[in-house]
Amino acid sequence: MTKEEEQNGRDDMLIDDPEHQNAQLDAFPDGFNPNYLKVYYGRLFPHADMFKWMSYGNDGKHPACDQSYFGRREFSFTLDNDIYLRFQSFNSASELENGIKDKCPFKIDIGPVYSVDPSKRLAYAQSGDNIFTPVERELVFDIDISDYDDARYCCSGADVCLDCWPLMTIAVKVIDTALRDDFGFNHILWVYSGRRGVHCWVCDGKARRLNNEQRAAIADYFRLYKGNSNSKSKVSLLGPALHPFLVRSYVDVLRDFFEEKLLCSQQLLSDERYEKILEMIPDESITSELRGKWQDSRRPASGKDVNVVRWEQLKHLLQSGKQKAPGIRRCVEEIVFSFTYPRLDMEVSKHMNHLLKAPFCVHPKTGRVCVPINPAICDEFDPTNVPTLSKLLGEINTAGLQAEGDKVWDRTSMGKSIRYFRESFLQPLLKSCKEEIEGSHSVKVQQAKNSLNW
Amino acid sequence: MEVVRSQKKPSSAFASADVVSNIPLYRSPPTLEVRLEDFERFAVDRLLVLRRISDGLARGKKPDEMEKLVNDLWKANMRHPQASEVINKDIISHFVLRLVYCRTEELRKWFLSIETTLFRYRFRLESSDVHRALMTELGIPYKVVTNAEFEGLKDKLTQVARSVSQPLPTSDGTYYKVPFEEVPELVASRRVFIQKGYAYVALNQVVSFIIPHFRSHLSKALVLTNRKWTSMIREQEKDRLTPIVEALSTSYLGPDYSQAKELGEMSLKDIDQVARTAFPLCMRHLFDTLREDHHLKHGGRMQLGLFLKGAGLKLDDALAFWKAEFSQKVGAERFDKEYAYGIRHNYGKEGKRTDYTPYSCQKIILSTPGVGDHHGCPYRHFSEENLRAALGKMGVSSRALDDVIEKAKTKHYQLACTLTYEAVHGSSCDAGINHPNQYLSDSQKTLEAKKLSTQTSFTDVQ
Repeated sequence: MTKEEEQNGRDDMLIDDPEHQNAQLDAFPDGFNPNYLKVYYGRLFPHADMFKWMSYGNDGKHPACDQSYFGRREFSFTLDNDIYLRFQSFNSASELENGIKDKCPFKIDIGPVYSVDPSKRLAYAQSGDNIFTPVERELVFDIDISDYDDARYCCSGADVCLDCWPLMTIAVKVIDTALRDDFGFNHILWVYSGRRGVHCWVCDGKARRLNNEQRAAIADYFRLYKGNSNSKSKVSLLGPALHPFLVRSYVDVLRDFFEEKLLCSQQLLSDERYEKILEMIPDESITSELRGKWQDSRRPASGKDVNVVRWEQLKHLLQSGKQKAPGIRRCVEEIVFSFTYPRLDMEVSKHMNHLLKAPFCVHPKTGRVCVPINPAICDEFDPTNVPTLSKLLGEINTAGLQAEGDKVWDRTSMGKSIRYFRESFLQPLLKSCKEEIEGSHSVKVQQAKNSLNW
Repeated sequence: MEVVRSQKKPSSAFASADVVSNIPLYRSPPTLEVRLEDFERFAVDRLLVLRRISDGLARGKKPDEMEKLVNDLWKANMRHPQASEVINKDIISHFVLRLVYCRTEELRKWFLSIETTLFRYRFRLESSDVHRALMTELGIPYKVVTNAEFEGLKDKLTQVARSVSQPLPTSDGTYYKVPFEEVPELVASRRVFIQKGYAYVALNQVVSFIIPHFRSHLSKALVLTNRKWTSMIREQEKDRLTPIVEALSTSYLGPDYSQAKELGEMSLKDIDQVARTAFPLCMRHLFDTLREDHHLKHGGRMQLGLFLKGAGLKLDDALAFWKAEFSQKVGAERFDKEYAYGIRHNYGKEGKRTDYTPYSCQKIILSTPGVGDHHGCPYRHFSEENLRAALGKMGVSSRALDDVIEKAKTKHYQLACTLTYEAVHGSSCDAGINHPNQYLSDSQKTLEAKKLSTQTSFTDVQ
């Protein structure tokens, strides 16, 4: 575009004038609509990166690369008017990009890699044997804050604020540590779901090749709630000792979070709320002693938060040397776990064919982009400050005259996220994929050589 | 596997010297010649073991009890006069029963479940050398944890052991390091310590990851066997193996009640008394219905009639009994004309003179009573309401009643009957009820023993 053309301007380009910049940002009212999305998919959505990710190195020139791999991955698009298109597949980066730009989906879901191209699955159904079947799929997790409604009083349902969001943060810490230290996974992507939770994508080759039973086993390893119709959050920590995973989670993350943050931010032991915690203690004499202390509602002289003081009293009573029953001593941990321990959606993780929303989608209800979360600094993540569609469009316009095609995103609030995605996740992943492909190839070559040796 | 009628001695199934494991994995059919008699006999012996294991499981026996049960059953039934033939009997009987139990989804499920249980408990009784041999045979990539590694992990391993009330790890014990994907059961229940993708498995947990391999292999094998059976074997063997195979899946394996034995005869004088105190529910129901309606349809006449025969009711008494009832409904003449023949037929006095055997539980459970019928197994066909009423009438306490109903609902009809027996008589019936005449004779024995010990006599009731 020449300077003359720029200055003449098109209708939808605003004048690059510092005085007008604020006005420009306000020019895009908050919202979510096909026009905004069109620009988003045109200028910001990282098509090429998604393609590279989903190819897991198979888009290279190495002879061992599987050229059909990307084409066997299922995508599903949810269009305007809730029209739902499943079993979409694409054979190249440009096909993917064009497909998205063309259909402008409100939501993109990613499914498994199948044994054959999903869009051709019906052709294979005739033979009777199960030819059309998932062969690879990331290990995924979905944590939703609406599952914590009995652990938070500030919000409920789809609402999130900075008082209850930290519940998500500690869930990320607990699960992420376990995935790396216990299960030995390395290529893990955490993503903000756009409104009220987080998703996790474990992309190691080993993880992608897990079968349903193994996925269920991992989900069960993480499961603590015994799903009672009475109390969904009933945690039962039986046994004279806890598994090292639970101990580590408690000591490193959960206990301090509960005592230093949650107790006060949710006023868990306030007059109206302490009864719920007392109900978790199976000893009448202890609960009535505590109730007695607390019903006397004088504020503590030290000026300390009443929740903190009461918690100290509770712990003291439960953990004193006098208490012999192991169930009593364990109560403190049970209370902490029941409020803070991660609550996963089991069904999402257990089945290879479960679809999950793609990162970098925009959430239709909030307009927020599903950006990656860095687990190492997840404490700093602020869901109320995640870039929205309208904000980004405003930023594009501001940047409009200086930025060239591809690098627009770098001039917006998306820049940080995409750079993180590329540098901390995608590059190490692709390096490892390349090594894997080359490695297994040379093994095969060696085997072939050996079998020729008489 | 070749089946011959000759008296040839079967040769060993193992060509190789690798006989470390006493527990075969049944990977491939044995390549030996089997005598036809052995074919059937070995299968029957194994089937008895499997049936008793099935009973044990349904009764909720704990693992220790199951281990003992399996050990006892195996020793009692799977012996062979020649020690070297024991393993052949094991393998042959397994493969014969595969033919028997591959034929429907339900049969396959049952066989898979019980054979897996059998394998599990036999495995538990074996040494760690055998365990390692099996792991190798299954291609499971395990490593033995070195002493140095062990010291580093000891704290964590102890924590895990304590968390699941398992014996604490000691430095002379064995731990295996396997990729966590190999032991999903143990990972799911947090019974192992995992680190960097490896699970540290104690010796006594090894069975956990062998079992799924065994099970999935057998499951696939059964499907394949079914295909071969339907497409080829059944037709090929229709004069030789097929009749044996088809009979085996519904066979009754208990004592023969066609000849009423020691407990002597049933006399008409006692019959109401005996019906009230010692009949199983199915016969009690038929009996009471007969007394009330003075009639029973064919299925009921057969089931009750043969039962009474097995209980020692003589033909003349039987004729008198049925006539006394039926003549109240249809008249003496019609009885003689239409029903007497059937009774004599049951006793082998008419037609081809077959002395019919009283029906076993299995046969009764499989029968399908229609409208106006009262035969079949009440635990299967009665509504919960009716079952509760009927059992109450028999004197089953309300506590035991719930257990019985539970078993009936979960389709364990014979167990429901066994629990009824135990509730009514206050004594246990370990072998489980398999035949109404068994219920009767056991009841009578128990009542006789009680009578002798308490010195009370039966009151004579009309």
